[in-house]
Amino acid sequence: MTEFLLIFRRGAVEPNAHLSPEQLQAMMKPWQDWIGSLAAQNKLVDTGNRLEHAGKVIRPGGLITDGPYVETKEAVGGYTLIRANSMEEAIQFSKDCPILSVGGNVEVRAIIPMEGN
Amino acid sequence: MQQEELIPHLFRTEYSKIVAVLCKLFGIGYIALAEDITSDTFMLATETWGQKGLPQNPAAWLYTVAKNKAKDTLKRNILFDKNIAPDIKRSGTEQYEMDIDLSDRNISDSQLQMMFTICNPCLTAESQIGLCLNILCGFGAEEIADAFLSSKETIYKRLARAKEKLRTERIKIEFPSPEDIAGRLNPVLTTLYLLFNEGYYSSSRNTSLRRELCVEAMRLNHMLTENDGTDLPQANALLALMCFHSSRFDARIDKDGAIILYEEQDENLWSKELIEKGEYYLNRASQGTYLSKYHLEAAIAYWHTKQKDTHEKWENILQLYNRLLQIEYSPAAALNRTYAVAKADGKEKGLIEAKKINLSGNHWYHALLAELYTGIDDGESLTQLSLALLYAKTTADKQVLEKKILTRVK
Repeated sequence: MTEFLLIFRRGAVEPNAHLSPEQLQAMMKPWQDWIGSLAAQNKLVDTGNRLEHAGKVIRPGGLITDGPYVETKEAVGGYTLIRANSMEEAIQFSKDCPILSVGGNVEVRAIIPMEGN
Repeated sequence: MQQEELIPHLFRTEYSKIVAVLCKLFGIGYIALAEDITSDTFMLATETWGQKGLPQNPAAWLYTVAKNKAKDTLKRNILFDKNIAPDIKRSGTEQYEMDIDLSDRNISDSQLQMMFTICNPCLTAESQIGLCLNILCGFGAEEIADAFLSSKETIYKRLARAKEKLRTERIKIEFPSPEDIAGRLNPVLTTLYLLFNEGYYSSSRNTSLRRELCVEAMRLNHMLTENDGTDLPQANALLALMCFHSSRFDARIDKDGAIILYEEQDENLWSKELIEKGEYYLNRASQGTYLSKYHLEAAIAYWHTKQKDTHEKWENILQLYNRLLQIEYSPAAALNRTYAVAKADGKEKGLIEAKKINLSGNHWYHALLAELYTGIDDGESLTQLSLALLYAKTTADKQVLEKKILTRVK
């Protein structure tokens, strides 16, 4: 069983500030159900976190910029750590990720195990 | 209560109390001595009561005999005088009586301190659990083996090794420091949780014994919430969970000891008093931001005290299971979550989720599939029921399934 990092990116920025609590609740349910479903299959390693939209990028020479979405358009919105038998299975799990229904995408990356483990 | 029931009953309630007080007095290195004195006391009780009938107050009788036996041991055991009890010796023979304090207060203090001693990090979790059941609840190696699906020999060895470890590590019988309490409370709560489940879910037909296990777990848990140092949210949450579950004790088992399913229970038999107690402790548990698995399980149990099916009820239960599974996976939680999906979002969705968790060979899994296929594919539903019956382990579970199959075939 290999661990995979699922990285969620969403396209256009839609600040949630003007959403009603009911709308927020309605947005949360698919995520909670999706994570819960992975956990019920004992495939969840770490729920992970959602990330603030704004961030900074630090480059050599003390160059600090807002970002990273300024350049890449798609900002990382969060991540989750799962375990799967194969890349194919990890992809299968990701196909149900709610980010896909709001125009975002999931990047699936296998974790390289530490030597000796 | 008849004598053949009374002695096991007293054994459960009094054995651990006497052992805790004597251990506290002698030091942890002498658990075996404390247990021997206590066992001798019960042996004498069996013989004496058999011949002469029951004393007026059997518990007080046991305390007096245990005290006298302990005093005799202190007096005659030279080794003991030299090595264990220099302090006791210095204060003179007359002090023995005062020192063997079997007052309610000292019993509860000794048991509480004993809980922490047993749950010392120098022992593995399974040794801690075993010793708690053994010393605080008067479980024999055989019962512990049953509870942990292990052999009596394995448990016996484990207990002996754990007692030896406590002796060589010279663990004191005392409260942990305030900064250690939260961490040290976890294994204590795990033990109480397992003890309660042993009583609540045991396949034993001995309902009075089962109830006693639950009462014991609640009693020990209550001791934690009564003490300022251990009155933490997670201890309250666990007690709330136990109150909610035990509120259905009278309704969930029929007069022959067979299980009555939740949906078929007479709500009037649910104890309102225990439900209110559960709400009280759940409220007390909700102070602070720490969310333990006991909070989630207690909240799920709270929703189950409302028998009527509503979307709100099942959506809440589903979300609580989603969170519980993130803290800790268990097949039971996975199955219950799937049932909640079906109740909240429909059987079709439930079936999709059920197929994902694939717990083939687990009879609850096949019973769940049978339930979900009902009305969608009745043939498949019956097949799943037969599979559930095939894999069911206990007579009680088999009976419930056989009954279901019979009503389908008719």
